[in-house]
Amino acid sequence: MEPTDLLEMRGITKDFQGVKALDGVTIDLRRDEVLAICGENGAGKSTLMKVLSGVYPHGSFTGEIRLDGEAVEMNGIAESEDRGIVIIHQELALTSTMSIAENIYLGNEVRGRLGLIDWEETRRRAAGLLATVGLNENPSTLVAELSVGKQQLVEIAKAFSKDVRILILDEPTSALTDEESEHLLGLIAELKQRGIASIIISHKLNEIERIADRVTVIRDGAVVETLPKAEITQARIIRGMVGRDINHLFPERVEKSVGDEVLRVQAWSVQDAADPSRRRVRDAHLVARAGEIVGICGLMGAGRTELALSVFGRSYGSGFSGDVFVDGVKRDVSTVSKAIAAGIAYVTEDRKTLGLHLDDDVVQNIALPSLPRLRRRGFVDEDAEIGAANAFKESMRIKTPSIFAPVGQLSGGNQQKVVLSRWIFTDPRVLILDEPTRGIDVGAKFEIYTIIQELAASGKSVVFISSELPELLGMCDRIVAMHEGEITGELPIDQATPEKLMELMTLERTSDDD
Amino acid sequence: MTTSGTTTRPATARPRETLSARGSRFLNRYSMAVALVLVVVVFALTTKGILLRDQNISNLVVQNGYILILAIGMVMVIIGGHIDLSVGSIAGFAGAAAAILMVQYQVPWWLALILSLVVGGLAGAFQGFWVAYAKVPSFIVTLAGMLIFRGLTIALIGARNIGNLPEPFVFLGAGYVSTGAESGPDLLTLAIGVLIVAGIVGWQVVSRRRRTRHGEKPGSTVVFVAGLVVVSAAILWLSYSLASFRGLPVVLIILVVLGVGYTVLMTRTVIGRHIYAVGSNRQTAQLSGVKDRRIDFFLFVNMGVLAALAGVIITARLNLATSGGGTGLELEAIAAAFVGGAAVAGGTGSIAGALVGGLTIGIINNGMSIMGLGTQWQQTVLGVVVLLFVAFDIWNKGRRTRR
Repeated sequence: MEPTDLLEMRGITKDFQGVKALDGVTIDLRRDEVLAICGENGAGKSTLMKVLSGVYPHGSFTGEIRLDGEAVEMNGIAESEDRGIVIIHQELALTSTMSIAENIYLGNEVRGRLGLIDWEETRRRAAGLLATVGLNENPSTLVAELSVGKQQLVEIAKAFSKDVRILILDEPTSALTDEESEHLLGLIAELKQRGIASIIISHKLNEIERIADRVTVIRDGAVVETLPKAEITQARIIRGMVGRDINHLFPERVEKSVGDEVLRVQAWSVQDAADPSRRRVRDAHLVARAGEIVGICGLMGAGRTELALSVFGRSYGSGFSGDVFVDGVKRDVSTVSKAIAAGIAYVTEDRKTLGLHLDDDVVQNIALPSLPRLRRRGFVDEDAEIGAANAFKESMRIKTPSIFAPVGQLSGGNQQKVVLSRWIFTDPRVLILDEPTRGIDVGAKFEIYTIIQELAASGKSVVFISSELPELLGMCDRIVAMHEGEITGELPIDQATPEKLMELMTLERTSDDD
Repeated sequence: MTTSGTTTRPATARPRETLSARGSRFLNRYSMAVALVLVVVVFALTTKGILLRDQNISNLVVQNGYILILAIGMVMVIIGGHIDLSVGSIAGFAGAAAAILMVQYQVPWWLALILSLVVGGLAGAFQGFWVAYAKVPSFIVTLAGMLIFRGLTIALIGARNIGNLPEPFVFLGAGYVSTGAESGPDLLTLAIGVLIVAGIVGWQVVSRRRRTRHGEKPGSTVVFVAGLVVVSAAILWLSYSLASFRGLPVVLIILVVLGVGYTVLMTRTVIGRHIYAVGSNRQTAQLSGVKDRRIDFFLFVNMGVLAALAGVIITARLNLATSGGGTGLELEAIAAAFVGGAAVAGGTGSIAGALVGGLTIGIINNGMSIMGLGTQWQQTVLGVVVLLFVAFDIWNKGRRTRR
């Protein structure tokens, strides 16, 4: 081992009731480097980071952690932070009702005379930290008012307030737009110049390819390999992660005929839910045909989710105007149940809080929107719902010990299959899928893609919202771009390129201003 | 299962976790019954058997009947993610209204019964409006309701004690159904007991078959049969005991009908499933087409009607209406729901659980008063019991989800 190593974790083994989550994992982090840790969901990445950040205290695992060559024992996050190890979780841990400055110094308050909090100094220092991370916001702004991307930067600013030496980022860009991701990746590179090493856990291999100096691949709780900079390519990482080559990220396109128009959204405008003077979607026109997969791309705040949610029973926004047609017939979609009845299904981007009842079993989750239809003589037909759940378990290959197991116990990919089953079971004409592969590992993604292709092939119309352009380019027949609530253009798949789409996604279409 | 080797994938490890999770869920359900049995045994011993005498059994049922009726409505409200502090006041208000209608205005008893249930429903609708459509938290709305309806009760009845209620009305709260034969245990009561046992066994067997047919591995047959035997024996013994005293209390009939009816409502109908869905995750429920405001509104109307029914039964049993009728019952009903496994956050709980929880509390109260403990100690012990039950529940759930 070289003396220049900043951090070394040696022979880390952690088991849960006899099941080994980590088995003799050894990694090292050099000074001034960005180390990526890759692996499928359940490979042990998060467990490893919890060991490193003291969430699992010394003694609850075997092996040792050496910092600057010295063995350290950490019991709890506070102790790891004292040593300059700061973890930023996928789920941001900010208090939304507090200001940026309050959040940055929460638990680490700036004390003045008499031990009282010195707000003047707190705000001054916070402003300095915000400048460091390139966030142009007032420190007194409430966190609730910030986009997820900006909140992420606040988290990093918070890490700085603690003299961070090792920054651990768990899926830092999964909720960010390309633009925000770009900024974050730039920031990480900049931190490296300033001597702060980072460990990144991410499913976005293209980003890892760009930013990582080395990649450690973990599979089944053990280190498979560590790749030097020269060997870092997406295909190479994937091979390590799944233990085989994956030649195709997307299923082969099948020959299919695009049929009649199924969904038509016409002159659709929506105002902000909280602030009705702000327009979120402006005069949108959208058409989706039978058998067609229509992509919607756009940066964060472009209004994609707002468009989808508002069409789906006015689930977002206020001051709606415009019409929705399904199969050429104008339909009332003013409530979710009416939208479902009209043949529209919406699969949320926020699976855990909006998509599933995590404590309920697979059967209940799949049946919920279809319960009114499953009613026979006033009672829910249990045979029908259990039968359907079994059928979906087979056809979607949902890996669950039982259809009576709570869905919270399933992996992300399998949870997503449950959500898809739930909506396919409502027998919709059109499915609006909002970031359907977010937080899902490579193998499961491919399965989800296959399911989507099959849905289209069976004559359903699919609207595919995604922040990842390669995914849209790999899956869609046509891609529509949005920018600040407006549809700025569309391209058939044979003409679509990332550059052209990016241009549309940032296109200012100056129209009547409010 | 054997200890997994080093090559075991976490994926194959998951079912293991699930098995243990299931085991603890089973334990969770089982623990409620164990607790009830334990409480019965302890107080049977400390009261030197008085607890289990026929007359005391009958008293237990009659004294706790109205709390259990409230517990049914309350656990539904709690499953839906709310709370209702007003039920004692609504019970008092509806009971007083019924008494005044009958005594002061000579309204026939059945009409007075119906009208007071309507009054309860309207009181519930009033609160439901504020909760569902004005989005005021139910804690606040029903805290206000508790004051409002107690105030109105006092305004209605003042310092009067209205008694001498019509006989058929009193029968609702204090009556017994029997064949009227002089000697031996009452055959009607016994027959009903046997019918109920047959019903439960039949239902359990059918639903077990259904689940097995759909590919779920059935639990141990021994446990299943043993459970049925224990429950059947308990019901038969209870019906024998009641038959040996005066027969079947009317309150128990009402309670069984409500218990069965609401269990079916909660588990087999769309509205019941929607109540669970709203309480478990409101936003997800909304995005699945559940009309959550209607659910909220329904819950409070329903609670209001059940509170009124409980109020009527209290008034009938005492043959007396006063301005203080029903005071404090909300807390007993809430305690019953939580002791019976409902979660504060909503989404979890069952009618059966609330009934067992209410019964457990009732037996503890009854046992302590037979032992001659004063109310000061009864309250103290009860408080500790409620705290321990809920703490155990949380510990048990935490054990399940912790990794």
